[in-house]
Amino acid sequence: MSVFIIRRLMQSIAVLFVTAVVVFLGVYAIGDPVEMLISPDASPAERAQVIASLGLDRPMWQQFLTFLWNAVHGDLGRSFVFNRPTISLILERLPATLELTLTALVIALAIGIPLGLISGLKPNSATDEAIMTGSILGFSLPSFWQGMMLIMIFSIWLGWLPSTGRGELGSFLGIQSSFFTLDGLTHLILPAINLSLFKLSLVIRLTRTGVRETMPLDFVKFARAKGISERRIVFVHVLKNILIPLVTVIGMELGSMLAFAVVTETIFAWPGIGKLLIDSIMRLDRPVVVAYLLVIVSLFILINFVVDILYSLIDPRVRLGEQS
Amino acid sequence: MTQPVLEVTNLSTHFPTRRGVIKAVDEVSFTVGQREIVGLVGESGSGKSITGFSVLGLVDPPGRVVSGSIRFQGEELTQLPQKAMRAIRGKRIAMIFQDPMMTLNPVLSIGTQMVEAVLAHDRVSRTEARNRARDALGMVGIPSPEERLDAYPHQFSGGMRQRVAIAIALLHRPDLIIADEPTTALDVTIQSQILYEIKRLAQEFSMALVWISHDLGVVAALADRVLVMYAGRIVEAGPVEDVLSQPAHPYTLGLMQAIPSAVPRGEPLRPIPGMAPSPLARPSGCSFRDRCQRATEICSAEPRLDILADREWRCFHPNEGRAA
Repeated sequence: MSVFIIRRLMQSIAVLFVTAVVVFLGVYAIGDPVEMLISPDASPAERAQVIASLGLDRPMWQQFLTFLWNAVHGDLGRSFVFNRPTISLILERLPATLELTLTALVIALAIGIPLGLISGLKPNSATDEAIMTGSILGFSLPSFWQGMMLIMIFSIWLGWLPSTGRGELGSFLGIQSSFFTLDGLTHLILPAINLSLFKLSLVIRLTRTGVRETMPLDFVKFARAKGISERRIVFVHVLKNILIPLVTVIGMELGSMLAFAVVTETIFAWPGIGKLLIDSIMRLDRPVVVAYLLVIVSLFILINFVVDILYSLIDPRVRLGEQS
Repeated sequence: MTQPVLEVTNLSTHFPTRRGVIKAVDEVSFTVGQREIVGLVGESGSGKSITGFSVLGLVDPPGRVVSGSIRFQGEELTQLPQKAMRAIRGKRIAMIFQDPMMTLNPVLSIGTQMVEAVLAHDRVSRTEARNRARDALGMVGIPSPEERLDAYPHQFSGGMRQRVAIAIALLHRPDLIIADEPTTALDVTIQSQILYEIKRLAQEFSMALVWISHDLGVVAALADRVLVMYAGRIVEAGPVEDVLSQPAHPYTLGLMQAIPSAVPRGEPLRPIPGMAPSPLARPSGCSFRDRCQRATEICSAEPRLDILADREWRCFHPNEGRAA
């Protein structure tokens, strides 16, 4: 286990380094921030002074090494636009995205697994057909369109739920979140549903396929021959086997939801990191973009690590130390 | 006269398919006496396994028992509701499957799978159930059973897994065990161990045993009586010594001449010509006639069951030695 953790840490550092190089180069390619930051009627002297103060006058490799040196010391640079440390900008907005993503994940699992089980246990029944059709819609209708429809139906026509913002924040154990006020929760519902619909469809299909693959296996029949109840067969014998592929996919999807909740956050004006990323790209705020992507990569690494641990808990055949 | 443990009369199990009805088991009748070991022999697809599953009510849909009667200790099983049937499975009739690599759930510990089998039928504490599981493992010759309860199936060899499956079958001291080719997937040396073990345990607990196999040699070593199945029907039945020394049905004779150890060294093995008929297009009359050297005009009629003392066969041209 400790071998596994050490090896994983080394890999993570390598991944972070490579990402830093790629992102730094990529951000350079998208344009010169100076044009955005300095008013057109500034004098050449002022221009030169601003460029020098941002460190943009030095060659790129020097800028990269400076960035790297600071990053290793925990400083991911300052935003050109806000003139604040990028990391605090990101951490300020991360909780909003986290609460949105986690809620969407819970919705996807809490609804997706039961529906997938129902579908898989009664394949080709009317219920199965209905659930499958629904999941095709969830897959194929674009997320932004779904979001606008949700707003139109539930906010405009029915007037039940607010359409924008995060609502009132409550505080619990020092954590500020929409979870802790009724107003916050009502603000959370629509964006969370919007973000979860695609994952929900995915979970339904994965579960259904898993059930259909597992039910005909000998060990299910043997469990029946032992006189085990059908409920225990489904919820213990079959479900535990299905969890293995489910955890893999959910892990990856959780990362991508965190990173790319942009569309949902934009539609619902949710003050999360996705919106920060889009704004920063528009303003060519290089340090924020670089720091954002590094934070996201770190989150991905962390999620993968948790997924690997979960594997070893679910599947006894997986031994973490022996991975090569 | 003592009541037989199992009395199967005119049992038919059919599988409706798009291309017609497959009569996997076709009007099969046999009995199993108390403490009797009955060998059920046939080629792949002869319906021997489906016969076993029919008794337990575990035929996979769309297949189902369409007619006939299965009486177990005087109780009719075919009409029994699911719940009552479940109370019998594993408790009074147990089953051992062919492939020990597939019969145990890979993600549940041996202990979990054994304890649940105890608790499915008996209201005892978990500790008590675990003790019984441990004792059962010890009984089938698994070393240090207490520790092995916490192990997972992948930590056992094939032979050991089959011992675990046997231990599970023995948990409730059933009156009847149906063993579906339990040694086929094992090494020859392990085969004889398992064979010996099952025979010993069956005698020790005075259980009746239906041993399904394609291997006449195994059945000769184990069974009191043998039933030979071909294309969904029993074509010959009788005490194992009599049938094997003087087979009446040409198919039985063919099976014996195809066993390497039964044919004197130097003489060629004689495979049965042709292959088993497609279950969708069985010939009328005797379904073996296309492959039978003795077949004549008369064989296109359905041969009736000839009974002579304790032997029966379904053939117009039984072997001379037995011809009545």
